[in-house]
Amino acid sequence: MKLRLSTGPHLLNRESTQTLMLDVLIALVPTTVAGIYLFGTKAAWVLAVAVVSAVLCEYLFQKLSKRPVRVMDLSAVVTGLILGLNLPAEAPLWMPAIGSAIAILLVKELFGGIGQNFMNPALLARGVLLASWPARMSVYYIPARVLGVTEVVPAGTDVISAATPLIRPGGYQLYDLLMGNIPGTIGEVCKIAILIGFLYMLFVGTIRWHIPVLFVGTVAVMTWIMGGDPLRAVLSGGLLFGAVFMATDYVTNPMLKVGQVIFAIGCGILVGVIRMTKAYPEGVTYAILLMNILTPLIDRWTSRRVYGMVKKHA
Amino acid sequence: MHEKKLTMRGVFVNGIINENPIFRLVLGICPTLAATTSATNGLGMGLAASFVLLGSNIVISLLRNLIPDKVRIPAFIVVISTFVTIVQLLMQAFVPALYDALGLFIPLIVVNCIILARAEAFASRNSLLLSAADGLGMGMGFTIALIIIGGIRELLGSGTIFGTALFGASFEPMLLAVMAPGGFLVLGLVLGLVNAITNRINARKGAEV
Repeated sequence: MKLRLSTGPHLLNRESTQTLMLDVLIALVPTTVAGIYLFGTKAAWVLAVAVVSAVLCEYLFQKLSKRPVRVMDLSAVVTGLILGLNLPAEAPLWMPAIGSAIAILLVKELFGGIGQNFMNPALLARGVLLASWPARMSVYYIPARVLGVTEVVPAGTDVISAATPLIRPGGYQLYDLLMGNIPGTIGEVCKIAILIGFLYMLFVGTIRWHIPVLFVGTVAVMTWIMGGDPLRAVLSGGLLFGAVFMATDYVTNPMLKVGQVIFAIGCGILVGVIRMTKAYPEGVTYAILLMNILTPLIDRWTSRRVYGMVKKHA
Repeated sequence: MHEKKLTMRGVFVNGIINENPIFRLVLGICPTLAATTSATNGLGMGLAASFVLLGSNIVISLLRNLIPDKVRIPAFIVVISTFVTIVQLLMQAFVPALYDALGLFIPLIVVNCIILARAEAFASRNSLLLSAADGLGMGMGFTIALIIIGGIRELLGSGTIFGTALFGASFEPMLLAVMAPGGFLVLGLVLGLVNAITNRINARKGAEV
């Protein structure tokens, strides 16, 4: 007979990295489908290149550095897909490829692989692309599906870009904001799809509600204080997508509930402050990245005193 | 290492490879980050610092028995700033474009830790010729490191090397590489690569013995 010895806690659960990532992927399905439906095949290509290069980078790095190949845990697929959804549909295809390489190699693998990255890989990759090719990244394209449908855009136009709705909050109907008939990146425009994904992840227990709800709520309150329209501020940019799919990344937000509350409110305040300066209408990317960096500190402030340890003297 | 007798050649090569100020000692990181937005800037900064390093090493070595121990740091600084002033005036007169590009970082060579470290650790304890060799070697090591980092950043961020375009007009440069974060990223990656190569060489040496 073979006895297995291990220290507690002895949890038996079929949950693994792979099943968690699969749940995130399922939650991303509505957003992905909506993005491809709205923006057409170009968006599909961008997403495909992002996912394939993320998986390829991870596989090659682990193979070449003689580490166990962990591509099957699906985390690279999630990173690649989220990065792709963060890009404009008209992005040239080298952009998702470079972005995925930065996310997987620079942010994830060089810091020790899954669970060791100090920032959200897809988000930092977006930050790098945004800083490197601002002309490509800060152009917001009107979904191809909308072209020719509304009177504003003449029929027969191939591509048209516009300012983000954040600059012109009153310019769009609430229905269009919800359904994604607005200029933006592939994944951020269709709010209904994001909300379906959010509800799915809540239902199966992949994430808790604290971070997305408090993050979005703080931004709404900040907008209201500054005299803006809170509802439109929430529905116009990448806030919902960031709050649901990127701020909730397990690795880069605090471990305890108290910490997560501080994290979410911090993200919201930072978005408010960045938007207040007007120079940069969005701010979700940098807000989450900054709070990612603060996460170890928040964990330290909020850690519980371990039973039996001597209280520190002040 | 201290058991071996120091030779001029050994000291010179030591500064470039074994104790390369950037890649092995990790000294002088501030000018490394700031002055490497292009290979030309890196070369200019490296040569200016090399000149100061050579000059200050020679003078400090000559004065090493005259400077009282208690005031050695102020004395070193006076010697170093003399040479920095000379370099600054020369660059302003003969290479004004480079002088403008490097700006504040030329006077800041005074507080470059490589120069002070070599004055303290080497020139104040060794003979004139060895100190000169050390200054040259460290200077060359610094210059080579700056050219490598500056070259990579210029290639990615502007698509050029020493100002010559390498790619066609369709190349879209990665602006981040020539911005401040690019300096940190490229320095970190090159440091990691140098460490990986060194470890491999050391492992091979270990296997032979």
